[in-house]
Amino acid sequence: MRWSPSEEQDELRRTVRRFLEETSPTTEVRRLMETPEGYEPGVWKRLSQELGLPGVHVPEQYGGQGLGFAELAIVLEEMGRALLCAPYFASVALATNAILNAGTESQKAALLPALASGESIATLALTEPSGRWDLGGIELQAQRVADGFTLFGEKSFVPDGLTADRIVVAARRPKTDGREGIGLFHLRGDTAGLERRPLTTLDPTRKLARLGFRGARAEPLGEVGNAAAALEKTLDQAAALLANEMAGGAQRLLEMTVEYAKTRVQFGRPIGSFQAIKHKCADMLMSLELARSSAYYAAGCADESAKELPAVASLAKAQGSDAYLEIAAEAIQIHGGLGFTWEQDVHLYFKRAKASEVFLGDPTYHRELFAQRTGL
Amino acid sequence: MDAESVRAEVRAWLEANWSPELSLVEWRNKLADSGWGCPTWPVEWYGRGLSPSLAEVANEEFEKIGAVGTPGGGGMGLAAPTILEHGSDDLKRRLLRRIVTGEDTWCQLFSEPGSGSDLAGLTTRAELSADGDEYVVNGQKLWTTSAHHAKYGMLLARTNWDVPKHRGITYFALEMHQPGVVVKPLKQMNGHASFNEVFLNDARVPAANAIGDVGNGWTVALATLAHERRSFDVLQRAARSARGQGRAYDEQRAETTQIMAPYTWYPQRAGRADLIVERAQATGKARDPVVRQEIAKLLALARATEWTAKRARAARMAGRPPGPEGSLGKLYASEIARACSRVHTLITGTDALLSGADGPLEGVIAEILVSVPAVSIAGGTDEIQRNIVSERVLGLPKDPDIDTKKPFRDVPRNKR
Repeated sequence: MRWSPSEEQDELRRTVRRFLEETSPTTEVRRLMETPEGYEPGVWKRLSQELGLPGVHVPEQYGGQGLGFAELAIVLEEMGRALLCAPYFASVALATNAILNAGTESQKAALLPALASGESIATLALTEPSGRWDLGGIELQAQRVADGFTLFGEKSFVPDGLTADRIVVAARRPKTDGREGIGLFHLRGDTAGLERRPLTTLDPTRKLARLGFRGARAEPLGEVGNAAAALEKTLDQAAALLANEMAGGAQRLLEMTVEYAKTRVQFGRPIGSFQAIKHKCADMLMSLELARSSAYYAAGCADESAKELPAVASLAKAQGSDAYLEIAAEAIQIHGGLGFTWEQDVHLYFKRAKASEVFLGDPTYHRELFAQRTGL
Repeated sequence: MDAESVRAEVRAWLEANWSPELSLVEWRNKLADSGWGCPTWPVEWYGRGLSPSLAEVANEEFEKIGAVGTPGGGGMGLAAPTILEHGSDDLKRRLLRRIVTGEDTWCQLFSEPGSGSDLAGLTTRAELSADGDEYVVNGQKLWTTSAHHAKYGMLLARTNWDVPKHRGITYFALEMHQPGVVVKPLKQMNGHASFNEVFLNDARVPAANAIGDVGNGWTVALATLAHERRSFDVLQRAARSARGQGRAYDEQRAETTQIMAPYTWYPQRAGRADLIVERAQATGKARDPVVRQEIAKLLALARATEWTAKRARAARMAGRPPGPEGSLGKLYASEIARACSRVHTLITGTDALLSGADGPLEGVIAEILVSVPAVSIAGGTDEIQRNIVSERVLGLPKDPDIDTKKPFRDVPRNKR
């Protein structure tokens, strides 16, 4: 396990940060969050073509850069820091990994190059209106027909589900439950029998959609009905990656807040010289560093220790969710009245923190998973 | 030098020199002569001038064959690096070798009853004798680990009352075994005595034993404190008991027992997350969903803390500037101790009323529950640590100065 980043990893971070500072200032975040698509195609094209970011961890034989989750985690940390509005998490952290984990060799060869190059944008439709993130919550049915499969049911909370041109769907065979009969399928966004509707979201920087499947035709990924393990792995990887995204946002919030505490004068001195404020800031740093260590370690496990990943991914998700939200709340408190105005940027992060707390399963759910996975 | 040539050289040297039949002092004199005992120290002072990561390679070779290393405790961890940075050549010659060999143990005479967190407000006085050769020391120190066996104390005393508090302090190497130095164990609320009080009544210290310039003791003390924040590694090293047979091993085991004795119920040990899972399962509380949540929070905190420490260590090894993760260890330790106390109580239930032989785990749980408040105070209170983190790491402005500009004589202070 690498505990200190390599030169190459530092360089990757610098490159991505420079790019995002240029393309995703909060003025741009504010513009994009008001649009239905929620991203700027020109920026997506540049981050794909100039930086190759959608393929950062995709093996070279499928058109990617062949780096690891540690590098992908750095990219997500920086995107979280910049609150980038883009379908990156949906397409790369969810759909690409689902295909890598579940697809056959020929499916990977057919699907991944377009995703790795950013030409195609995909998402993963897992959760249903029940809001469950575990496999037992999957009710959408895949029915075998003469020459393939058709899907019936509802998906909700699908990130970038409106704009993705390819959708990976978790479904089950009729008359199965739990982890049994789980299958992953994929279909194009314009398939007949697929209805898409945008959801109004608490965090407008991450678009969600509701998808209705009324007999839409879909292709199975890998072996039909046997995708439980691949889907669980995908979710663990995504939890680890989201933890890194959250650490990046929390870091930026702390920087903004410390900067403000140094310059805001009350009672004749900068508020950052009062112990009440200093100690809050020190506590924010403490939570941040723990969340960051957990997020890095989880990403490292995604590369190197498949056995440890499930427990550690849940640990990192729970730790990261709590830290991000706590830091966002304290950031508003230290900014005072200004902190809860629309014009100040803190609320953008607060909303991302709140949404990320629930997205992929809340901390209570992940702590229970962590307990189970550590043998308690 | 690269890692492979260090490895080859230290291996050859160990093959030619290490024998468990040597006495500890004989063996450590060889270490001092060769520089392999403290590879990061300068070549002229018993070291090899190696980087921390190359020194780690040398340590690995010692561990591979189970060769005894330098002693643990405050001598190697605190006194020696301070003397290396600030001591005269005369002091280095007189003091360093016997630290390396373990013949002299050291304690730290910093804290006082009247100045707790405000260390620079100390009032122990050192006055120059009429002939100018020595200082006469009067005052009281406390929280002194190992004072009962130490040969020397790292003493901070005030030598000038007419300048602001940070400028009137001098740092001395004080001989402990002399008339005028009285050591008494200090009993804690958990019933154990991990520390001592030290009374100084006309104790003597040669003027030549000042470490650094007269009046410059605060700067020197900061060097010691910086090493103290990293002292966890040293403790771990001392705790690693040698496995082998032979005179050097026997003597080292006795030495380790002496050094580690105060730490048996040192408050810092109050955080016992390692017992939690086993206890929860044994008591059946592991099935309670609320308890499970609390346990998961605590285990996550403990593991994330461990990873944070590893990041800090890796950054140090890679020669990177110290990051924020390095300054937080003490605060995490008290957070873990508090969480442990809470979760152990949840698991233990009404049995938490009992201690000693009647208590769960033969009293160990009761010890954990009553040792916890000390963790947030010992080694600098949580409040002081948060000030340090916010000012030095985050760069927030300092509190307004009230007592740092006027002569210490005029500063209001606690009545003695």
